[in-house]
Amino acid sequence: MGLLDGKTLLITGVLTNASIAFHAARLAQEEGAEVILSSFGRQAKLTQLAAKRLPRPAPVVELDVTDAEHLAGLEAAVREHTDRLDAVVHSIGFAPQSVMGGRFLEAEWPDVATAVEVSAFSLKSLAVAAAPLLSEGGSVVGLTFDARFAWPVYDWMGVAKAAFEATSRYLARDLGERNIRVNLVSAGPIKTTAARSIPGFEQMESNWSERAPLGWDSKDPEPAARAVVALCSDWFPATTGEMVHVDGGFHAMGQ
Amino acid sequence: MAYTEQEILTGLAEIVNEETGLPTDSVELEKSFTDDLDIDSLSMMTIVTQAEDKFGVTIPDDEVKNLVTVGDAVRFITGAQA
Repeated sequence: MGLLDGKTLLITGVLTNASIAFHAARLAQEEGAEVILSSFGRQAKLTQLAAKRLPRPAPVVELDVTDAEHLAGLEAAVREHTDRLDAVVHSIGFAPQSVMGGRFLEAEWPDVATAVEVSAFSLKSLAVAAAPLLSEGGSVVGLTFDARFAWPVYDWMGVAKAAFEATSRYLARDLGERNIRVNLVSAGPIKTTAARSIPGFEQMESNWSERAPLGWDSKDPEPAARAVVALCSDWFPATTGEMVHVDGGFHAMGQ
Repeated sequence: MAYTEQEILTGLAEIVNEETGLPTDSVELEKSFTDDLDIDSLSMMTIVTQAEDKFGVTIPDDEVKNLVTVGDAVRFITGAQA
């Protein structure tokens, strides 16, 4: 008996088998779910290769979350594989290099706008595009990096994540009447492809394992992926607008 | 059975050709992926992933930055074969 028996998930953001989303997809399949991945453009080839490394093959639908046509076509694309979705996982973020890496004061709005659109507004776009497919009791889960604080080098990506977190709360408000939950996993630093693209990422992870009461392994995406799967399941039926920290307890320590 | 360096070079050249359209005979040991073959980070990830599948090896992300030339990749894959 799996945690997700009989459920179908749409999982965005699988780039390689190092992606947190890849491990969420793997665990979801192991817990009995059918999984559909999304990707777009040149990244789609990598996603296809990663899909073949899952326990079972998973279809990949085309979705650029900033493309209105893709969003409008998402329902039809997903319906080629399933008649409904029980959960949608948002694992999408992008910021131009110019707005990360410690040059916060020099950033310019067009680059910041890109970061906010791709990383924050996309949660609304994805949720609305997938909403016709989402079943009663469905779940939307996103991945964040605790945006209540200023971090080294994260800069405008951190601001975009603050917008992302606020977006999740408003979505929780507006999708609640359909009994759709919207929650986030705030993971500690994990060395994914996305993390490697942050200039000076190692400054973000320094001291994490020492300060976190449970310790922290930035090479292990599984704890975050497990939380994603749990939030997709029926085991958080009365939880929405929440941010679950999967960070070894770092967030709760003053020092 | 382990692949020889020549077989790895040939296989790698086919992967690079498929990803970039570059002729296979331009993929030579001393060529730099970025400077000579103009391969960006996304293409490099695609090439590395396909090489892992083709040769049955694991190329850790931390290692990829050390694979500057085609020869670096061929030698790494040769050594990584069980």
